[in-house]
Amino acid sequence: MEFGLSQEQVMLQASVERFLADQGGLTRTRKFIGEGEARAHDVLEGLAGLGVMGLIIPEAFGGVGLSFLDAAIVSEALGRFVTPAPYVGTAVLAPLALMRAGSEAQKTEWLPKLAAGDLVAGVALSEATGARGDAGVRLKDGKLVGTALFVIDYEADIFIVADLDGRLHLVAADAPGLTRTSLKTIDGTRPTGELTFEGVSAEVLAASSPAVLRELIDVGRVMFAADILGAAQDMLDQAVAYSKERKQFERAIATFQAVKHMCAEMVAALEPCRAMVWYAAYALDALPAEASVTACHAKAHLSEVGTFVARRSTEVHGGMGFTDLVGLHYWFKRIGFDRQILGGPQTVREDAARLQGFSS
Amino acid sequence: MDLSYSPEHEAFRRETVAFIEANKHLAPRPGGPSPLAWQALLIEKGYAARTIPKAYGGYGAEPDILKSRIIAEEFAKAQISPGMGGQGISMLVPTLLEMGTEEQKTQFIGPTLRGELLWCQGYSEPNAGSDLASLATKGELVGDEWVINGQKIWTSTAHLAHWIFCLVRTEPDAAKHEGISFLLFSMDTPGIEIRPLVDMTGAANFNEVFFTDVRVPKDQIVGKRGQGWQVANSILRHERGSLADPNTMLSRVNALADMMKSETLDGRPVMDNPIYRDRLMQIQGRVLAMRCNDLRLLSSAVNKQNPGVAAMVVKLQGTELRHELEALAIDVLGELGLLYGDTPRLRGHGSWQRDYMYFLGLIIGGGTSQIQKNIIAERGLGMPREAKLASA
Repeated sequence: MEFGLSQEQVMLQASVERFLADQGGLTRTRKFIGEGEARAHDVLEGLAGLGVMGLIIPEAFGGVGLSFLDAAIVSEALGRFVTPAPYVGTAVLAPLALMRAGSEAQKTEWLPKLAAGDLVAGVALSEATGARGDAGVRLKDGKLVGTALFVIDYEADIFIVADLDGRLHLVAADAPGLTRTSLKTIDGTRPTGELTFEGVSAEVLAASSPAVLRELIDVGRVMFAADILGAAQDMLDQAVAYSKERKQFERAIATFQAVKHMCAEMVAALEPCRAMVWYAAYALDALPAEASVTACHAKAHLSEVGTFVARRSTEVHGGMGFTDLVGLHYWFKRIGFDRQILGGPQTVREDAARLQGFSS
Repeated sequence: MDLSYSPEHEAFRRETVAFIEANKHLAPRPGGPSPLAWQALLIEKGYAARTIPKAYGGYGAEPDILKSRIIAEEFAKAQISPGMGGQGISMLVPTLLEMGTEEQKTQFIGPTLRGELLWCQGYSEPNAGSDLASLATKGELVGDEWVINGQKIWTSTAHLAHWIFCLVRTEPDAAKHEGISFLLFSMDTPGIEIRPLVDMTGAANFNEVFFTDVRVPKDQIVGKRGQGWQVANSILRHERGSLADPNTMLSRVNALADMMKSETLDGRPVMDNPIYRDRLMQIQGRVLAMRCNDLRLLSSAVNKQNPGVAAMVVKLQGTELRHELEALAIDVLGELGLLYGDTPRLRGHGSWQRDYMYFLGLIIGGGTSQIQKNIIAERGLGMPREAKLASA
């Protein structure tokens, strides 16, 4: 019985965090957004050098073959540093789709490139968790038609697209008949957009199944929950540090109970989330019967706690929290993105209810 | 991360289950076998007082947190009594083991474990609540006796207890935290008056206890004169975690879900109402987070790691969450949720209302939520203490 991270996992997370700090942290993120970069090549290369882009890819395909828990603690690190790098799509969901549903030829062709960081893969799953308006992609006469919204890791070379029947397809970014439209969200660290298919030829991932699609959604939700954990922890750390520095009425504002209680409420809500993210990621690896419900709860609960921490930690900073000067809003917006993507809290909780037979 | 148990622990679980299966007919219940006989059997077989040395009346096993957890889980699953609890067993015994004299250990631990000696705890006073160290009940050494005068409040089970462990100010000239002593005395001592305090649940769970010239032999002290605050603090920490068990909360969530499937509103199960359903899922998610946190704490205890702030938040989060869980059940029941006491149409034996109120008591008792937040901020986050009043 060992509930926690192994020594290797602690080291993995520390090495990713060290790299992200050396990369400049918020300064690098500001540059990415300020200069309208589509892809942070330096960050991507560095992460690939650490093995991050091939983290869950088997060694036979050029990866390191680690677990979802390892992937989650890396996601947490990226959230903490508001890193503008493709990850959940490129390093986790696209490889997973290929590993579970792709042919040997597809795995051999694509997985080594993903592991090396030579390729970015976008993932279109939004409609599988709730289709807005007339969004949705169908197979018609052997070709894809329709629209997929809010693609994860949108600035990509290839896309994995879920159709409305639950099949997965692989499409090149420059496929004829595919139109890409960038969607600008509050979160500049996460390029997203929509794909319009007008009779596009795609490779189906032949072993697609409802179970594979379910696993992709579960894994994606846990990764975004872990991203919230990292981002919210950093906001809390910043708020506590600021309260110890900032003086009013001739004393640090950290001595005031009003400020203390805000910080205590944040850590009291957030600290159990750490164990929850570990458990949800471990469930993906080892507890198949619980994995889906736990993933839903982790996503919904982290979204609620993350939103709460984002708001309160901003308030602790007073007026400065509202400014671009301090830059807290990058974390605030990252958490906002994580909350809605692959289903907001109500959607995800309803999913949890359905999985337990509480809802038809 | 590995949540599996070793073969030794798996075997221990099977043994425990087999013991329960073979002996559950002996477990105490209203009108059934007595709790004292059950307690004796549990101690003999190592399911109670497991790690207390044999010499003091325990079973004498090496501490093994996982085995203790397995026992707790299996007895809870079987819904039979895991033996006697109470403040004597859960708080005084560990304190005596740590700070008591050999005579005190020999005299008190055995009878306490066997349930022959019941204790109450005399800590809080009308003017010493959150600021417990300001307590004023006075103990004056006159000859070979402490002469005690003052008043305690929130004293659970004082009306049933044979003895009391009590904080008394014995060094009036010492600093606030250094003038307190930890005394033990019989509740039959002349000069003690007990008045029951009825709480909002309608039960008299607490008492006020008045001391007028209560005479206590000088050697009935744990630790040295003036050390009482340290003695008491070591066990207060012990109490805080135990008020909010996530496994109990999980079974409460399951009971609530069952009720939402069976109760109907306009002919449809309440579970079909998406708003109630979403509230249930919110609570279930929060309980799951606390259960994961609990597993993390268990693992740190097994591996002798300091769990840090993860342990400090349990009382605050757990009691608030349990209160909200019970509140949801009342909302689900609507007017039926108002029923209380001996009445037709009562649901869940009135437990939803009772626990809703009872857990408000626990939010306040054992260190209020606000005091918890101060502790978390100061000890967990390293935020500085409030500036002292100039005049104080």
